[in-house]
Amino acid sequence: MKLSFSEEDERFRREVADWLAANLGGEFEQIRFRGGPGDEHSFVEERKAWERKLHEGGWTGLGWPRQHGGRGASIEQQVIFNEEYARAGGPGRMGHIGETLTGPTLIAFGSEAQQARYLPGILRGEDLWCQGYSEPSAGSDLANVRTKARFDGASGQWRLTGQKVWTSLAHESRYCFAIARTDPESVGHKGLGFFLLAMDQPGITVRPIEQLTGTCEFNEVFFDEAVCGADDIVGEPGQGWQVAMGLLGFERGVSTLGQQMLFQNEFNEVLRIARENGAARDPAIRQRIADAHVGLRIMRFNSMRMLSGGGDDGSLGREAMIYKLYWASWHRNLGKLAMDVLGAESEILDGAPYELNRLQSLFLFTRADTIYGGTNQIQRNIIAERALGMPREPRG
Amino acid sequence: MHFSFSEEQQMIRATAEAFLAEKSTSAAVRRAMVTERGYDPQLWQSICEDMYWQAMTIPEAHGGLGLGYVELVATLEQMGRYLLCAPFYASVCLATNALLVAASEEQKARYLPQLAAGTTGTLAYTGASGRWDCSAVEALARPEGDNFRISGRYRYVPDGHTAGLLVVAARSAGSAGDAGISLFVLPAETAGVRRQWLPTMDQTRKQAQLQFEDVLVPGDNLLGEFGQGGPALAKIIDLATVAIAADQVGGAQQALDSTVAYLQERVQFGRVIASYQALKHKAADMMVKAEAARSAVYYAACIADEALAGNPLGEELAEAASIAKAYCSDAYFFNAGCGIQLHGGVGFTAEYDIQLYFKRAKSTETFLGNGAWHRERLARALLDREAEVVA
Repeated sequence: MKLSFSEEDERFRREVADWLAANLGGEFEQIRFRGGPGDEHSFVEERKAWERKLHEGGWTGLGWPRQHGGRGASIEQQVIFNEEYARAGGPGRMGHIGETLTGPTLIAFGSEAQQARYLPGILRGEDLWCQGYSEPSAGSDLANVRTKARFDGASGQWRLTGQKVWTSLAHESRYCFAIARTDPESVGHKGLGFFLLAMDQPGITVRPIEQLTGTCEFNEVFFDEAVCGADDIVGEPGQGWQVAMGLLGFERGVSTLGQQMLFQNEFNEVLRIARENGAARDPAIRQRIADAHVGLRIMRFNSMRMLSGGGDDGSLGREAMIYKLYWASWHRNLGKLAMDVLGAESEILDGAPYELNRLQSLFLFTRADTIYGGTNQIQRNIIAERALGMPREPRG
Repeated sequence: MHFSFSEEQQMIRATAEAFLAEKSTSAAVRRAMVTERGYDPQLWQSICEDMYWQAMTIPEAHGGLGLGYVELVATLEQMGRYLLCAPFYASVCLATNALLVAASEEQKARYLPQLAAGTTGTLAYTGASGRWDCSAVEALARPEGDNFRISGRYRYVPDGHTAGLLVVAARSAGSAGDAGISLFVLPAETAGVRRQWLPTMDQTRKQAQLQFEDVLVPGDNLLGEFGQGGPALAKIIDLATVAIAADQVGGAQQALDSTVAYLQERVQFGRVIASYQALKHKAADMMVKAEAARSAVYYAACIADEALAGNPLGEELAEAASIAKAYCSDAYFFNAGCGIQLHGGVGFTAEYDIQLYFKRAKSTETFLGNGAWHRERLARALLDREAEVVA
């Protein structure tokens, strides 16, 4: 076991930090620490410009192979970049779905034509993507997708009809990847296809969902004979589930340490307030603050284990399986702690009609953390069934 | 950065697991734990001669294996998993560590080979205040010519009634906190030392009370400078804290594993009860605790190595130790408590081992400070330091 990074990696860390110090200022000063979860609606144009700036600096496609225009950075270097990015207050990434999900999926499963068509726009920070997975009746039971895809021989196009929901950034995105049923008679994870669609077309309607935060990070997306080309299906019809699941494995935790740096920034804010308003003298609050600190540090140690290769036998480590449940629960608790540290002031908004301050937004938005991307309950099922070998629930 | 076991470390862990699975069986634990001594001398002999674990962290120059804290916690984790009853923790994680941290080269050359040869040892520092930092030291030390006299009472001393070699902390009259503390090493069979076994709720870890009545300690037995031992004692306590947390990780894991094994066997309403979501979700929570506890201990072990080597990262030791102990204490207790609950009625019987884990969870939680104690220690560092500067 070794805790320190190599000299080469430390040089890389300085390079990242220096570039951020030189570029994340001026016109971009206003977007530092902005646009994260719960704040994704702010500074959209400025953050799009920032994506292009990142491309100029060569920081997009960091972990992509060089032959696909990426930087070919090691896992350690990707971790370092994410960590330094968060430390410097880098804004929430507009291009993260394309860069961390679409790109790796096309590199692994896409045709050369698909790679040539879609990868450069992602790297340039120009083409934003959204993800069309969940549907009203396909939430935790994702395989219950009902959107149908029909190949129209006359026009030589795929035509999709159905509804997606909880689609982040749909209204800002140029493209969407979506799973839809290519075999109308099929059920479950068989008979699905994985499609690439342009968002700007008559067959697609985006409707924002107003959340309990009063903001609209998520959308409903309606497909009514939405079209894409014959070659805009990744893999074969019927293989969509394998592609979709493969995609979920790509992230591999490289952004986790960066995510934790954001959490650290939030936690530091709670600490600052507790010292200022006297909450730090309350023994119960002291216990909870220390508990949050313990939880955040251990989150980092978990990630370090995860990034160091996981299970002894090369399988997905147990520490990887617990990650979502662990961080989501921790973050939700931090939101509650923030309100309790603020005390009576926690109720007072920045302004009407419903202007939340940063910590209020944290408190409310973290109720989503334990739901999206697999609820805590689904995570517990996964842990019990895959890591502990307990039997599956009988299915209806 | 590489935060996982090397091949050699994996081998050490696997060897420990195989040895303990054979030697520290439920029957063996139950035989040993009802004795006053608390361990089987033959098993200790086997550990010393066949495994050489007692010499694990002793430098090669003094007859040891010269291994580090990562190897140590890998072994301790298995000992916790198999509820090992042995003077290993007291000898290695208390006495040996104390000498490694505080003894001169001459003293190391004199005492470490004894420990490497299987002499047992322990550390006595706590009075009856229930505190676990330097302020716990109540016994008094005073110089008498070139020598010293120690008087006072120590409680909660692990294996104190059987240890051969004692490292003790005592303070100068009128001192408080971490000031005025001195450390000494002496044979347990020294005139004026009265030792008494204290029967304990957790019978797998023995505790004793030591009464010192004007005990004469030769000047050569002082570790470090007289009255300046506070920082060394704090470091020894932190190292001991990381080690007991490793025992807790093993216990938390086994409480989970044995519970899941039981759920996979037991049938009610025509199904193995492991298929019920209410029980699966509890088991999943137990696994989260066990894994997070493991991460905390591995990290603290890396920091302990840095601290023992005198590297800058070692300055994190107190924090890493408190993080590990706070989390592992609560994790072990949670897992053992859920373990009894999920076992149902048989979890309450003496026959099933889960009750032994439950008791060890509680005793190790209390020892060296429970979760609340360590969280308050962390809170002081997080919340009070800057406030003092401002004031």
